[in-house]
Amino acid sequence: MNWKYESPRKAYGETLVELGNKYDNLVVLDADLSTSTKTAMFGKKYPERFINVGLQEQNMMGTAAGLARSGKIVFASSFAVFAAGRAYDQVRQSIAYPKSNVKIVATHGGVSVGEDGASHQMIEDIGLMSGLPNMRVIVPADSNEVRSVIKFVAKEYGPFYVRLTRPALPNITDGEFEFGKGKIMRDGGDVTIMAIGIEVQYALLAAEKLKKEGIDTEVINMSTVKPIDKDLIIKSARKTGRIVTAEDHNIYNGLGSRVAEILAENHPSWLLRVGMRDMFGMSGKWDELLHYYGLDDEGIIRAVKKIMEVSRR
Amino acid sequence: MDLNPEKVRELKLIATRIREWVIRMTYNASSGHPGGSLSSAEILSVLYFHEMRIDPKNPEWPERDCFVLSKGHASPAFYAALAIRGFFPEDELLTFRKIKSRLQGHPSLGIPGVEISTGSLGQGLSVGVGMALAAKMDSKNYRVYVLLGDGEIEEGNVWEAAMCASTHKLDNLIAIVDRNRIQLDDYTNTMEILDPLPEKWRAFGWCPFVINGHNVEEIVNALQNAKKCDRPAVIIANTIKGKGVSYMENTAKYHGKPPENEEEFKIALKEIEEERRRI
Repeated sequence: MNWKYESPRKAYGETLVELGNKYDNLVVLDADLSTSTKTAMFGKKYPERFINVGLQEQNMMGTAAGLARSGKIVFASSFAVFAAGRAYDQVRQSIAYPKSNVKIVATHGGVSVGEDGASHQMIEDIGLMSGLPNMRVIVPADSNEVRSVIKFVAKEYGPFYVRLTRPALPNITDGEFEFGKGKIMRDGGDVTIMAIGIEVQYALLAAEKLKKEGIDTEVINMSTVKPIDKDLIIKSARKTGRIVTAEDHNIYNGLGSRVAEILAENHPSWLLRVGMRDMFGMSGKWDELLHYYGLDDEGIIRAVKKIMEVSRR
Repeated sequence: MDLNPEKVRELKLIATRIREWVIRMTYNASSGHPGGSLSSAEILSVLYFHEMRIDPKNPEWPERDCFVLSKGHASPAFYAALAIRGFFPEDELLTFRKIKSRLQGHPSLGIPGVEISTGSLGQGLSVGVGMALAAKMDSKNYRVYVLLGDGEIEEGNVWEAAMCASTHKLDNLIAIVDRNRIQLDDYTNTMEILDPLPEKWRAFGWCPFVINGHNVEEIVNALQNAKKCDRPAVIIANTIKGKGVSYMENTAKYHGKPPENEEEFKIALKEIEEERRRI
């Protein structure tokens, strides 16, 4: 497909700069990764409202809570593995529990981090953050959506976790974002692929190829993972009866698990989860890794064919 | 504010009133942490009845001084100080740790006068750093006070916050360490490693003061001096765990356990009453 690629991190940095002008109480924190997370763009424009705390993710989250309590809209960024993992307890105690007005925007989610390897490839963050009461979790599918999501969380009070990916992503959405709503990217009647983040593009590619084989595939961008769009999941399951979820995350506690819960409680349907199968990743080029772990369009196609087969028996 | 003998007496009396509530609340709840609450009674008395610029009728007053109880398990003493100061009725203190009460086991947002939820140790100083940074950004002159336990400062997060505070020259931030030298598992080796404590804080860019944390005049003076520092200040308040109740003093047994029976309960109240009469 003839897609235009853009860095979601850069879109984040640019949007922060834009918002800095709109909200004079917007403060951005980073923990020695600002050139990677792109919060440095904000720091350059608004040095008095940018604090790079150094390698202190735990302190960053507590400081974010204190700033928020004193009236600031706070964005706190790091890699997903540090923001959600290293500082988990600080996020729980000082941000989620007291509903602090802090937006955690974590870059470098999933195995698509690439060469840095398993230590830096965060595949548990959606589970960790979704498990926190008061925390809302969003995984944008492209840079257009990143811009809308960042603007939304800035104006909406309370804690959010926004997960971004490292590689450039094709612009596949129109950028319209409605919180708590999944979006049907493509109508279909045989099977539904529900995807988030970097996986949405592969879901679309898979659907295009499957069409040639006579499989009519619905594709849903489920960018709000929590609260998840329960009605849309049930509606699509009623229509196709077969759901494949796709995420650059462990199959446990991520999108697939959430969808499984909704289906089991409301409309039992066939389900296959594409994701990391409870294993750590490894070093490699990000696209090689997605292919190796079955997270690209080919992997999704295999899952779709499998669900078509088992559901026919 | 001058510290006349009347004021000293008042602050001492309030400390005993806080102690009485700590015993009543924990005994009534059959749970809670009396040891580290009793050790911080004078510190809270001075902060809430002499030092801080606060308005109990307007807890969210934007110009208020902020207090963070980083050692959240000292909630009985904290809640007592808030109630005596008028943030909420003293009667409510007996709902401590009861189902559906505002007065959660550890401080929770939603209680008038509580700035942030605490309990998982080591985070309150970071929250204080955030509040102090906000004051600097907004050119406000409120101050931020954070009360830490000495066991608590074994947490690495505390030292991250200490670095961050001095990096940003937060002269509007004052930390107080309740140095009672006993933690949940008694006197751990790590407690020794914490010494020399003033040197550690100084090395992190702070201005340290060491005082007797049960002497209200010393607390008042240390706070005055702390405010003159051009960087964050820490007051290391040497205290006695369980102070004021003989069988609770200098033991880990009552770190997280209330009086065991009515006899212990009565002894505790009697000793606190005797102390009150001596003041």
